[in-house]
Formats: sequence, C-alpha cells, structure tokens
Amino acid sequence: MENKFNNISDKVFALLNEGEYLTLSFSSENTQFIRFSQSKIRQTGLVDDASLELELIYNNRTCGESFTLSGDIDADINSAQSVLETLRVEVVQLPEDPYIVMPENNGSSRDIHSGKLLSVEGAAKALTPAMEGVDLAGIFASGKIYRGNANSLGQKHWFSTETFSLDYSLITADEKMVKATFAGSKWNQSEYESFMTASIKRLEFMKRDAIKVEPGEYRTYIASPGVRDILDMFSWNGLSEASIQQGQSSFGKMRNENSKLSPCFSLLEDFRSGSVPRFNDNGEVAPDVLNLVNGGLLENTLINSRTAKEYDIVSNNAGGGEGVRAPYMSAGELSEAEVLKKIGTGLYLGNLHYLNWSDCIGGRITGMTRYACFWVENGEIVAPIENMRFDDSFYNFFGENLEAVSNKVEFNPEVGTYESRSLGGTHCPGVLLSSFSLTL
Amino acid sequence: MDLKKLLSQINISADWIGLREVREKGTYRVIRDGNPQANGAGTSHGIMVEVLANGQFGYYATNDMSISGIQNAAAKAKAQAIHASEYSLYSFSEDARPKATGEYESSFSKAAGSVSAGEINEILLAGCDALKVSDKIVSASAYGLITETEFNFVSTNGSDINQKFLMVTSDFSATAQDGNIFQRRTGGRSGHQIGLEVFDKSNITNLCAGIGQQAVELLFAEECPTGTMDMVLAPDQMMLQIHESIGHALEIDRILGDERNYAGWSFIRLEDFGTLQYGSNLMNVTFDPTVEHELASYAFDDGGLEAQREYIIKDGLLVRGLGGKESQIRSNTPGVANFRASSWNRAPIDRMANLNLEAGESSFDDIISNIEYGVYMETNRSWSIDDYRNKFQFGSEYGQLIVNGKLTKTVKNPNYRGVTTPFWNNLKKVGNASTFGIHGTPNCGKGEPNQVIRVGHASPVCQFENIEVFGGV
Repeated sequence: MENKFNNISDKVFALLNEGEYLTLSFSSENTQFIRFSQSKIRQTGLVDDASLELELIYNNRTCGESFTLSGDIDADINSAQSVLETLRVEVVQLPEDPYIVMPENNGSSRDIHSGKLLSVEGAAKALTPAMEGVDLAGIFASGKIYRGNANSLGQKHWFSTETFSLDYSLITADEKMVKATFAGSKWNQSEYESFMTASIKRLEFMKRDAIKVEPGEYRTYIASPGVRDILDMFSWNGLSEASIQQGQSSFGKMRNENSKLSPCFSLLEDFRSGSVPRFNDNGEVAPDVLNLVNGGLLENTLINSRTAKEYDIVSNNAGGGEGVRAPYMSAGELSEAEVLKKIGTGLYLGNLHYLNWSDCIGGRITGMTRYACFWVENGEIVAPIENMRFDDSFYNFFGENLEAVSNKVEFNPEVGTYESRSLGGTHCPGVLLSSFSLTL
Repeated sequence: MDLKKLLSQINISADWIGLREVREKGTYRVIRDGNPQANGAGTSHGIMVEVLANGQFGYYATNDMSISGIQNAAAKAKAQAIHASEYSLYSFSEDARPKATGEYESSFSKAAGSVSAGEINEILLAGCDALKVSDKIVSASAYGLITETEFNFVSTNGSDINQKFLMVTSDFSATAQDGNIFQRRTGGRSGHQIGLEVFDKSNITNLCAGIGQQAVELLFAEECPTGTMDMVLAPDQMMLQIHESIGHALEIDRILGDERNYAGWSFIRLEDFGTLQYGSNLMNVTFDPTVEHELASYAFDDGGLEAQREYIIKDGLLVRGLGGKESQIRSNTPGVANFRASSWNRAPIDRMANLNLEAGESSFDDIISNIEYGVYMETNRSWSIDDYRNKFQFGSEYGQLIVNGKLTKTVKNPNYRGVTTPFWNNLKKVGNASTFGIHGTPNCGKGEPNQVIRVGHASPVCQFENIEVFGGV
C-alpha cells in the first residue's frame, strides 16, 4: 500500500507547473465487520476502501478534491491527473485566501505497527461461542488501517496499523446492561475468553431491582468511560483556538474571564502511545506532549497553522478541526479500592450517553446515565439506578466540585466507524464529584 | 458501468446475489468573515456485493470494480455468509430482497455545475457580508454543500434500479458578542433535494441580514423564563423533535434490539403497534418518500423495496413501524421501505427517511392568540435523549415570550425537557399548511458499523401545553 501511495505521489508531483504546490493525503482500510445481536450474528462482511485527496495551492488560492482509489495503479494515476486538471480550472476562479498554509519540508516519517489478527474466515467461530448463555449486542471490527501524507516539497509521512475491537453490551432479562470493549493489535483467544467471562460476572450486579433516583444534586463518581464522554465534548467548540477566537467555545470563560478548573484537573495531548499519527492533513507534526489544562489552568489551546496565521499566533500543528487527537487526563490519588467508601452515599456512574452542550458558552453539558450506574449508601452498592438525565457545567464538576481523581488512567479505545475506522482513544481516570446535577 | 454484465460474470453458486453501486460527489464551499475557508470536493465510488448463502447474508464492499475484483468480492462475501451461518440471528430467504425495477431522479431547475465555483463563492461572500449587520457580529460564515448521488442496484432475482439525486444543504451563521455575552444565530443547516437555484444572491442576502439582526437581538435579550408553560415550536425545531422522539423510537431494528450497543433500544414494543396512543388525536405522522424537494425522497430503498407514503401515527394512534423488509420479516410487523445504507461500504439498516407531521387546521395567529403565557422557539441548537427515546432535553437558538395572546420580547437560551409520550399527548394545536416547513439534515448517525445518512422532516408550527421550559446558565 505504501509503495502504491509513493508511486502515485511521484507521478502526480511530476505533473506540477511552476507556482503550483500540492499536498496529498491518503487513507485506506481493509476491515472485517461482524455485528452481533442476541449473541448471534446479525450482519457480517468485509470492506476495502482507499481514497486520495489532492490539495492544490496556486497564486494564493487553494482548493481540494478526493476520490476513491481503485487499486489499479495506472487507472488511479489517471484519476489523480484528471482531478488535478479540475482543480487547476477551479483554483483560478476563487477569491484570494489570506490565511493559506504553504507546504514545507520539515522531514519525513514512517510509523508502522504490525499486529496479529483473527483470520476473516475464523473470526465468527473464535468470537461467538464465548457469548453463549448471555444476551450480547455489539460490533467486531478488525483489519489494517493506513494513513499517508506527502507534499510537492518532498515531505512524506506514512502510518499503518493493524487493530481489532469488539465493543459490546451485555443485557439482563429485565434490560439492564453493562458495556465493555476488548481491543488491541494482537489477538489472544484465551485473553478474550477471560475478558468475556469477567464481563458476564459484572452483569450479576445488574440483576438487582433498579431504583429510581429523584432529580437533585448528588455526590457522584464517574468512572473512566464516562469521563471519556465528557472529554470528547472538548473537541467540539472546546479547546480549539479558532472556536475561542470566534466566540463559540466553552473554554472562552477560561481565556476571557480567568475562570479556573480544579487544581486536580489536568489534560494533555499525548501522542507517545503511538495509536494515532502525529501528522495532520498538512503533514505537520504535533509535539509528543502538549499541556492543555494544567492544574486547572488553561495552558494551551489547539492551534493549527491556518488559525495561527489568521490570529498572528504560533501554531502547535493541531489538526484541521483543532480537536484533541490524543487526549490524556492525568491521574490523581484516589485508589480504586477507596471509591465506594469515598462516595459514601451517592452515585457511581459507569457510563454516560448522548452528551450535548445545553449552554456551550457557559460550559453546561446535558446527557444521560447509562449502563453500570448504581446507588451507593454508606460505601456499598445498593442497586442499579434507572437512567437519569444530568445537566451541569464542567466549570462546576471539573471545578470546585471535583473532589478527587482516581489514580488509575484507563485507555478507552476509539471504536467509531463513521465513513471509516477511527484511530486512537482516550486515556483518563475516574472522578469523584462532591455534587452533580440530575434533572429528569 | 454495466452492473448487469458484471453480475452475469460472477461464477459462484448462491441463493441470491446483489450488486449495489454508489457514486457520490459532495462539493462544499465555506466563506468565513469575508475570506474563503474551504473549497473542496470528495467522490466516493464502489460496489457492495451481497450474497445469500445458508440463510445468511454476507457482504464485500470493494473499491476494485474490475471483473476480477467483483468475482473475488462475491466469493469472499459468500464465505463470510457461510462462516457466519452457524451463528445466524435469523435465517433469511430471497424474500428479503424483493424484485424491483425502476428509476428515480430528484426534481431541480439548475443542474450541478450550472453555477461555477467562482460564482458560488461570490454569492456566499455576499451572504457573509450581509450577516455582518453591526460591529457586534464577531464572526460570520456561509456554507453550501452540493451532493450528487447515483445509485444502481441489480440482483439475481431480476432487480434493476437506477436512482439519481441532487441535493443542496446550506447554512449561514452569525456570532454576536457584547462583553462576555456571546450569541449565535444560524439558518439551521437544512438540506433539500433541489438544484443550484438555491444559490440566489438576493434571497441569500435577505436571509442573512435577518440572521445577523437576530444574533444581535439575542445579545440584549433576557434569559428564557423557567417554569411549566405553553410552548410553540417552529418547523425547524419540530424537525428535531420528530426525529428524536418519534423517528428513532419507531425503527423496528432498534425495537428488535440490534442497536442496543450503540444508539440504544426503544420504549416501544412490537405489541404497541395498533394499540398505543402515542400522542393527542391531532397527531398525524407519515413516512412519505414522495414529497418533492424533501431530502430523503426516493422510489426504492437499498434492499429494492418500492417506497410509498404510509401513516405511522394516525389520530395519535401508533399504527406502523419504520422497518424495511428484513425487519418486517423478523418482526411480522407492517413497515415501510426504509432499509438504507449511507454508501456502498455499509450494509443497509432501518433508517427513518422522510418522516413528517401532517398539517392541521390552526393558523399561526390562532395558536399564539390563545396562549396566556408561553415561549415560541425557532431553530434547534441542542439535543440529547436517552437510549430508550424517552427522556429528552432540547434547546433552540431563538425564543420569543408569548404574553396574553401576543408575541412580545425576545428571550435567549430557550430549552425544554420532557418524556416522549406525555409530551406528544400534550400536543394542543397543529398549524395549518401556511405554517408548514420542509427541512432535512444529512447528519443522522446510527448503526454498527456507524453510518451517517440523510433524513427529511416536514412539519407545521405546533403548540404543546404543560412543558418544562428553562434558560441558560
């Protein structure tokens, strides 16, 4: 795959005229999907997909176009040439772009992660028997993912990885659920079976009758998967510098009004795990580690080169949308064993669901509790709760109401598959809140 | 591409084989604060080969559309089906893919390509300028997305379908600032099956001037009041209300449990069809793929089922689910032609397509004049609902207080929350055709693997009573 990308790149760059600059972005995957419902196979299949995007700059104007690659190298080179001609016709019609980001050659990279995956013929048989006797719904995705970037100044980046994930819910007869994800790059059948057995044991907790909690303020522990859902919101009108500059960010209060979060809260972008490429669509490489919020203070926002040029600031090579690509929330001191005791009486929330800004500028987020969520009394789990709606500002729950952060940072793999398989995931601990607002 | 010829050259034995080719080109143009922000396009093109063997469908979606590529895909799709068939959830027959032949084409006046990239940029620039009604507007943007899709489907039981779609989604947005107060007003990012006649400079600049003025108006507005009161929703907020609290709840694959690991289940059970009073007797909801210009109109779904208008809720009574042929077979429940995929690289599942609330008899003035105290809301801003589609909380961009039968002052950050069937049973008045609006979004997410798809929702203005309404932080 890398050779094909290099071959097409060389051919297309050779076609450029004087004054033309071109950046190529390559994305491809070979994936097996198996969808489960009631621990049986609902749908199954394979997807081969590959695309190439050309971004042309000419005379301070820019436009881009992507197309699906067929795998036939000659046909794909012809298609790329045809797209380049289309872009040449279009680019001269466009207004001048004062914030255009010119390509540079700051060195190339090659990052290859090989794995050991189930065969596409053997996956159904390896996965399904361990689900026997329970009601499971979920999705297995497995295969190779490729990303490439090259520009006409000679810079080239390549990233490939082989990964799998089985993301699933186990469901009791009275419709209470636990959630789990078995993911990695090297399949181990006995580890999988042990993981599934442990999940099934967790389901036992859910078999108690659920109790209804009234709206109000509660001492609450949110486990790592729930914290991940909250941190995801920071990539949407959150830590983007452009979003702050344009008056649409929930972090504007930290910039403009000196609002602070708890000293216990620190969030970084940390690429050191290697699960996502450090290069962005422009081929710019992000630093290994970037402090975003440090001890409750906004230290850095995510700044791409376009934003940097527009607002005359320094880029940290963020991605196009200035989302957090490799989030890592720092651990605190609360041990897992102490969590229930520290809650005392209140809520243990395993997962959250369907979050949205209810007042973005104010930092207020609404969403639902879901899956393993319990009522706790005197340090002991009493029963699962009926799902409740929350509506609270992170300036409260990551601010003065953040009492402690757990000492274990967990990796929550990104299992999203909109258009293509996502990469990476979120490292974060759980959080203990002195108060969390439930509304419905 | 001659799909029938490709199909005839596949040399595997199977109970059924289908080829679904999708070629889709999306062209987007964005102007922000007087400068081009993005001019881009993307074409996705491939074929999903689907094979039925041992009662199980297996698929191979491929970008290699050569004869050898399709042959390889068919053989591997069959192998997937056979390996999975030992653990199948349901054993299907060819009945799940009915024979269908026909064509469909979107209705439009100006074809894609009839307005140049330069002209569209100029029109969007004019819109962006018009949004800047005062120095209080700190950011303004104008966005246009042109989508051209061609869908071809052939099968071994004689299906031969060609459908061509032309769609335009546009949006205009102004963010206003006064000190630490920020308010954003948009055009709602709605899409339609329509041509490039949408890019009319005069219409766009008029629309943008209104959006800009309302953004500034919101800066100095009071917070939306908190309390239980009457609420009136405009069609561009009703769109979200219909989508989240009717559409997803009635998808039969959700009711059957397929979606439980992702978007969730449903409070609806199969026995509720024909028995559950979903809302007040003013509530009439149709699945209607025949509405000209609505975003998810079509003649056939992706399994080949012919699409036609059906009542889903009649006089408040739930009568039919949103399930394609596979779900209809599995559940033995009447459904609709909504077995749809986001593209060639995803397998079809139940999607809601066009789901509309039919117009009633009340004029806008009738509705407002009979309200003592309440809030009128326009344009969705925030949305969240539980995994059973029960407890929701939605917010709008723009509100107006209703006092003693009159619209009075503007209020900001209007939000409301409720529970689905009590909410719809509080539907007190339904606007007539003069209040009707057709909207649609290209961004409905569902399914594993995930799929984002186009849906359309048309509705009149509606009044609800006894609703929990509140403002911002």
